[in-house]
Amino acid sequence: MQKARLMQGNEACAEGAIAAGVRFFGGYPITPSTEIMETMAKLLPQVGGKFVQMEDEIAGMGIVLGASLAGVKALTASSGPGISLKQELIGYAAAAEIPVVVVNVQRVGPSTGQPTSPSHGDIMQARWGTHGDHPMIALAPWTVRECYDAAIQAVNFSERFRTPVILLMDEIVGHLRERVVLPEADEIKIYPRRKPKMSREEGYQPYRSDDDLVPNVANFGEGYHIHVTGLVHDETGFPSGSAKITEEVINRLHEKINRAQEEVILYDEFWLEDAEYAVVAFGGTARTAYEAVRNARARGLKVGMVRLFTIWPFADAEIAKLSKQVKGILVPELNYGQLVHEIERAVAGRCPVKLLAKYNTEIFTPQEIETAITEFCK
Amino acid sequence: MKQIRFSGSGGQGVITVAIILAEAAVNEGKEATQSQSYGPEARGGASKAEVIISDEFIYHPKVQRPDIVLAMTQKAADKYYSDLQEDGLLVIDQDLVPNPPPFKKVVSIPITKLAVEKLGRALFANIVALGAIVHLTGIVPLKTVEQCVADRVPPHTIEKNLQALHYGWEAAEQAKK
Repeated sequence: MQKARLMQGNEACAEGAIAAGVRFFGGYPITPSTEIMETMAKLLPQVGGKFVQMEDEIAGMGIVLGASLAGVKALTASSGPGISLKQELIGYAAAAEIPVVVVNVQRVGPSTGQPTSPSHGDIMQARWGTHGDHPMIALAPWTVRECYDAAIQAVNFSERFRTPVILLMDEIVGHLRERVVLPEADEIKIYPRRKPKMSREEGYQPYRSDDDLVPNVANFGEGYHIHVTGLVHDETGFPSGSAKITEEVINRLHEKINRAQEEVILYDEFWLEDAEYAVVAFGGTARTAYEAVRNARARGLKVGMVRLFTIWPFADAEIAKLSKQVKGILVPELNYGQLVHEIERAVAGRCPVKLLAKYNTEIFTPQEIETAITEFCK
Repeated sequence: MKQIRFSGSGGQGVITVAIILAEAAVNEGKEATQSQSYGPEARGGASKAEVIISDEFIYHPKVQRPDIVLAMTQKAADKYYSDLQEDGLLVIDQDLVPNPPPFKKVVSIPITKLAVEKLGRALFANIVALGAIVHLTGIVPLKTVEQCVADRVPPHTIEKNLQALHYGWEAAEQAKK
């Protein structure tokens, strides 16, 4: 175990990424994500990595895709308007199956909004921000230590599934400093870059998938001729106009993650054993919700909590199970109501679902959530 | 658990001293969170930084009822004293807060004046304030804070910053008498 440190969420995210093997950062600074970039600028050269400040967020996204295709684990970070700019190339990464992590430290929007204030306004953007049918993985840490772990997890998922992963932080955890004890290097599991298992002569095709439906696309410069495109492509990597191949590709992109749901969908449960009501929360808000639920239980209310770490793919099975146990689910979100719609869908009318929305730049107080719990339990 | 709020205007360094105090608490083996809120401006505009120090993990990371509020401007004093705990303490910069809010326990310290007169620059006011806060809370040993100040400030300013810390500490001792 390492020595305890006071550390910021954004710093922890950057250090976690480096621990996961990220050796390239390209991006453009924007509050409240800038410290990720600053930490990367400081640390990457010390580990033989490269850092480039690009002319804008679009270029910052393009360059990390290039780095990843060249075999270097790569990450970019931004917020609000910057994440909007990156969307087209996030879709390119999904289509061309390029491993990459995009950190979004959420701030109040739309547009430039409130640059220094927290929000969960990008929940749906993380899922559907880029066009077309595609799966998405998004992770939302709730502590500074988990920003470190989530960065590692995000990099691992991106490599494991060859897909873009959104590390969906918020200003609360991004800017928060707290006591952290980081793991030693030998405690960290790293998913290595997938490599071709045969030569060209043996019939290698870059976009032919393994049994887990993920292809072993060769890195540029390692002896294979590969072609990368955002157009629908067959196993060779070259565009195909075939209806059959289009359907197969879209199926495979979804199925490679769908069939690994147990591995990807991660969450914590608190006090559910005897719970008659539950709070479902995520990100920085889950910290406040935890305190509210603990206080409510101290007053004898039978309330439990689910803390979602994986936002996408959504924890359908867990929430469906919860809805069969409890009489109601309360959803505090720092937005006008986003994840609550997914929860309602998974609950499918089995119990009432109540939204507690806040979008005035301030975070919830434990009292606000506790009062809502008390009202709900009546 | 101790809840401390540092407030002033952007550029006065209230966030920096909040970080130093939280770091000192962590170095003493305690749990600590430090958070802040500020406007988009680099200078001017309201700035607030908060520290919670506890023996247990801190879930809700923001101060709810501060034990102590430092105000480095009149505006900050007026805005941030009202949710102080009943037996809490409001610490103000004597010259920058000419009209102390109507609170039971107010400690008035010539923070910026000390920085200017003793060290030649208002720049050191935040560390003077930190020295006072460390004395008034007694939550972390001065020695631990000295080390954290030395770690966080530019090397060529360490000596003056440590002097600033001590001026603040002594001023708080005087003010308490």
